[in-house]
Amino acid sequence: MKPYELTIAQAMDGMETGELSAVELTRSCLDRIEAVDDSLSAFITVDAEGAVKQALDADKKRSEGRGGALCGIPLSVKDLLCTKNLKTTCGSKILENYTPPYDATVVERIKKEDGIILGKVSMDEFAMGSTSETCAFGAPQNPYKQGYIAGGSSGGSAVSVASLECLGSLGSDTGGSIRQPASLCGVVGMKPTYGRVSRYGLTAFASSLDQVGPLCRDVTDCAVLMNVISGYDKKDSTSVQESTPDFTLSLKKGLEGVRVGVPVEYFSQGLDPEVEGIVRNGIEVLKDGGAEIVPISLPHTEYCVAVYYIISSSEASSNLARYDGALYGYRGQEADSLLEMYKQTRSEGFGAEVKRRILIGTYALSSGYYDAYYKKASQVRTLILGDFRDAFKKCDILVSPVTPVPAWKKGENSDDPLAMYLSDILTISANLAGIPGMSVPGGFTRAGLPVGIQLQGNHFNEAKIIQTAFHLEQDLNLDAVALDV
Amino acid sequence: MKITQEELEHVTHLARLTLSDEEMDTMRGQLDNILTYVDQLGELDTTGVQPTTHVFSVSNAFREDIVSESLSREQSLANAPLQNGESFQVPKII
Repeated sequence: MKPYELTIAQAMDGMETGELSAVELTRSCLDRIEAVDDSLSAFITVDAEGAVKQALDADKKRSEGRGGALCGIPLSVKDLLCTKNLKTTCGSKILENYTPPYDATVVERIKKEDGIILGKVSMDEFAMGSTSETCAFGAPQNPYKQGYIAGGSSGGSAVSVASLECLGSLGSDTGGSIRQPASLCGVVGMKPTYGRVSRYGLTAFASSLDQVGPLCRDVTDCAVLMNVISGYDKKDSTSVQESTPDFTLSLKKGLEGVRVGVPVEYFSQGLDPEVEGIVRNGIEVLKDGGAEIVPISLPHTEYCVAVYYIISSSEASSNLARYDGALYGYRGQEADSLLEMYKQTRSEGFGAEVKRRILIGTYALSSGYYDAYYKKASQVRTLILGDFRDAFKKCDILVSPVTPVPAWKKGENSDDPLAMYLSDILTISANLAGIPGMSVPGGFTRAGLPVGIQLQGNHFNEAKIIQTAFHLEQDLNLDAVALDV
Repeated sequence: MKITQEELEHVTHLARLTLSDEEMDTMRGQLDNILTYVDQLGELDTTGVQPTTHVFSVSNAFREDIVSESLSREQSLANAPLQNGESFQVPKII
């Protein structure tokens, strides 16, 4: 086994026993990136020099007995999390040359535990998209099938983990952006409860929905990374003062007494039969493992896409007002007035999808339309929250598909934004309700494409999701499918 | 069309964007589809339903007023498109 093939837990063991050093592991990942990333395009920036330097530090710390919980583990970071002195583009031309003078809190936490940042990975521009194709610097490739999408917006995170370029990654999820690419690339991806993980230094898309989370090779690694990134942060006023349990303890618990709800609306029209088969099989596996299966209804599911695109675009139109060319980022060069400078900067710097969302949001918030769109959507959001509140009286976990279909060919749907938005229907309500969710690998289609199973839990009940996901993973015990890289 | 040419021009200006005629046409068609789709929310009676702008009710998050480390002027200006070592420079305003 090559070092880059190890999980985080395996690599930690290897380094503890002295069989492996952080420098060897890091170089192994860097060689892997060098070998496969030209065709995969997961990375926007690789910091080879910085990574080796961090690895040397990690080895030294371990030898002195003061290595942290991720000592020597090479990770990738989605390119919208600020990394001090390392370019952070958000997949946009407008931030092509932006180098943050500070670290996001989650990055700081990784560094504090001696994790190694290999580089920054590709994403849809400002996280707006479902395929990573709106990235200004090239779209990543599905590692199981060339010419197919990686999913998005954290496509680079999912690809870098699935293709063994790094041992784990940090992504962000506003409407499914961790769970959907995790599902389509066959890795574990978790969106924590809103407020569980600090958003400080996460470039804002839709502030009431955005949340940072891990993408990993398995559920154990997900628990390890969740332990590191969770917790209150005084720099994020929406971060919640909730204590962080040791998520790795959940791995050891059984399924007896766990009530697994099956939301009928998530298995309705448009669901690919192969995807449905894989998820139904997962439900059987949970039942055989001792879980109680409960039918559930989330009656407002059909409205969540409309609610999401009004609220997320409204928040985005406000958040993205800061890109004006004055203080940092790209500036249009021809302007002779401030207003012209703003308009030129933004028109030349933003891509089409970002402009579309800004315009939807500006329209929805504009005088005369606010009540009909933003206020109405916020009221329906309350009804969606109520659906989940009722559901979690009857069950602990909701199990469903992550996406209605497996990965599709690059370029499909790219001129029909509404069709693209509708593909997010099974993931966005978790963001609207602020609940945690995970995609855990469930199987492969006959064409060899991965399909994830979604597990959602009540607020701050990530532990129950991890507990259930671990059993699913162990009991499914999926055969490895060869990568197409 | 749910959104008129004039409305789109107005919103484009509010968003501080400029679109070419061709972009305007495409965008208007796409926005029209999206706005027509979201109209389905009108089916729901939301009389008396409180809007949710935030999942957890947040009151002001205060902290002690203590001076802590911040960015130096040099760091603050480092990413500026145009600066003179002391301040950010933009086209003349008045």
